[in-house]
Amino acid sequence: MKYESQSVAMLYFIAAIGLFVGQILFGVILGLQYVMGDFLFPEIPFNVARMVHTNLLIVWLLFGFMGAAYYLVPEESERELFSPMLAKIMFWIFLAAGALTILGYLLVPYATLAEITMNDLLPTMGREFLEQPTITKIGIVIVALAFVFNIGMTILTGRKTVISLVLLTGLVGLAVFFLFSFYVPDNLVLDKYFWWFVVHLWVEGVWELIMASLLAYVLIKVTGVDREVIEKWLYIIIAMALISGILGTGHHFFWIGTPGYWLWIGSIFSALEPIPFFMMTLFAFNVVNKRRRDHPNKAATLWALGTAVMAFLGAGVWGFLHTLAPVNFYTHGTQITAAHGHMAFYGAYVMVVLTIISYSMPIMRGQKAGNATAQIVEMWSFWLMTVSMVFITLFLTGAGILQVYLQRYSDTPMGFMATQEKLELFYWMREGAGVIFLIGLILYVTSFFVKGKEVVLLEDRVEAGA
Amino acid sequence: MRETFTKGMARNIYYGGSVFFLLVLLGLPVDTVQGLPKTDNSENLTEEVAAGKRLWEINDCIGCHTLLGEGAYFAPELGNVYTRFGESTEAIKAFIKSRPVDGIAGRRSMPQFNFSDQELEEIAQFLKYADGIKISKDWPPNIQG
Repeated sequence: MKYESQSVAMLYFIAAIGLFVGQILFGVILGLQYVMGDFLFPEIPFNVARMVHTNLLIVWLLFGFMGAAYYLVPEESERELFSPMLAKIMFWIFLAAGALTILGYLLVPYATLAEITMNDLLPTMGREFLEQPTITKIGIVIVALAFVFNIGMTILTGRKTVISLVLLTGLVGLAVFFLFSFYVPDNLVLDKYFWWFVVHLWVEGVWELIMASLLAYVLIKVTGVDREVIEKWLYIIIAMALISGILGTGHHFFWIGTPGYWLWIGSIFSALEPIPFFMMTLFAFNVVNKRRRDHPNKAATLWALGTAVMAFLGAGVWGFLHTLAPVNFYTHGTQITAAHGHMAFYGAYVMVVLTIISYSMPIMRGQKAGNATAQIVEMWSFWLMTVSMVFITLFLTGAGILQVYLQRYSDTPMGFMATQEKLELFYWMREGAGVIFLIGLILYVTSFFVKGKEVVLLEDRVEAGA
Repeated sequence: MRETFTKGMARNIYYGGSVFFLLVLLGLPVDTVQGLPKTDNSENLTEEVAAGKRLWEINDCIGCHTLLGEGAYFAPELGNVYTRFGESTEAIKAFIKSRPVDGIAGRRSMPQFNFSDQELEEIAQFLKYADGIKISKDWPPNIQG
């Protein structure tokens, strides 16, 4: 670690991993509720468990992004963080706000939470993924502004690299587009239309900038490939991400009462969205093949390659699968959407955060890389989580295809609940894969505590000998 | 990548491309929003409907149901429930009212929200309004949602 203040990232990463565990526990509960409908009812109804599952995901990914920025930016800018103290204060504020919100979901009925937090003054609650009480949303804005200020000041007063500027652009975009979460008109069509300005422009827009810059940073570090080459890739990847992704927003405007031209705009541009992800895969494999050094952290390299592949499969392939309007007409709002959502979030955002954690955590703990045993355990967790996520996606896709046929495509369409019963086998298999994912995650957490021999590479021995 | 394609060119594509499309994205909503009154059923957007929407929100209905295909996939689509229930707000109200407090053994069940008669009416009117939004290609494909 070159700069003392980078270590503030450790706090963020520990919180991220802790909340990740919580997210998966609730995922397993939800999976069970799909097959045992009365499980934990009425104490924890499905909607509450789902809010906890999705909100924990968002919060821990934000912790991960912030930690990543705090780690990477001082090194890229060649100076200490503008204010490590501000970063620490914001950490505790964000953690407290996040924890209180989740407890609020679990301990009182949602309507009561709305009442306690005075939702009536500025109603923003009750929209998917943006369920947080208004006061929490205001807290998120404050934390995001302080964070962007801290990172921005560090970058602007230090060395400016393409990686740090792209990251900053992504983070500013994240903060700006979140502001749409405060606009909740009574008109349902308008409500839905601008809701996507947060959700789509985050995950299919600015978050891709964050993801690509984190991936580029780790690849420079573990491969030693020339920065010029990596930066050229980075520019062209994020160019394609925004060129396809911005108007790709239109694929959410097919069936919400918006004009018909969105069917064309949305279909055409979102069909291009796999391109940046495919380029990321080419990029990652290309630079790892051209590596000029062997980094002792094999696990981090595995995560980096895994991110590129899984993001392409989850976001790219599974996104394309149902993005064309004539297909989406049948698949919209079915288990196909759920399948895509799971692998896309895991492949693109979960894995990129785990990549940077994998790379930086050992360094913050005073080693170049985790010990040999720890890395093996970590790589096992990589495969268990990744393969089980592939199966979760495949089972949900199977369920989705059957659902579309029974409920929407056949000549004698069945009702929603009757169809759900026919999908039970797929749901059980998905739950099984979910349990394996949880085991993989437990192994991942364990990998931080495993002791073993330090990894020494040939080139390091040569250097030491010379 | 070959040297004929320089980093500067990649950077220009990024800046040019993203600024261009961002401007398009900022422009299109103007057209979309102006055109909405033709499809968005806003002529039926009454106070009662707005109150129903608020109830829909503060009870997190979207956490189980989809509405125009968006939401959770645990419970039926409600964007066409008014049609599916025989264009009867009474049927919608009766369904919500009749949910057992302790659920149904072994099955999914909607919670009992203990709505007042007025609140039930508001929610039913909101769902009726949502059903009146004119959607491209008349989505969903059939009455089952």
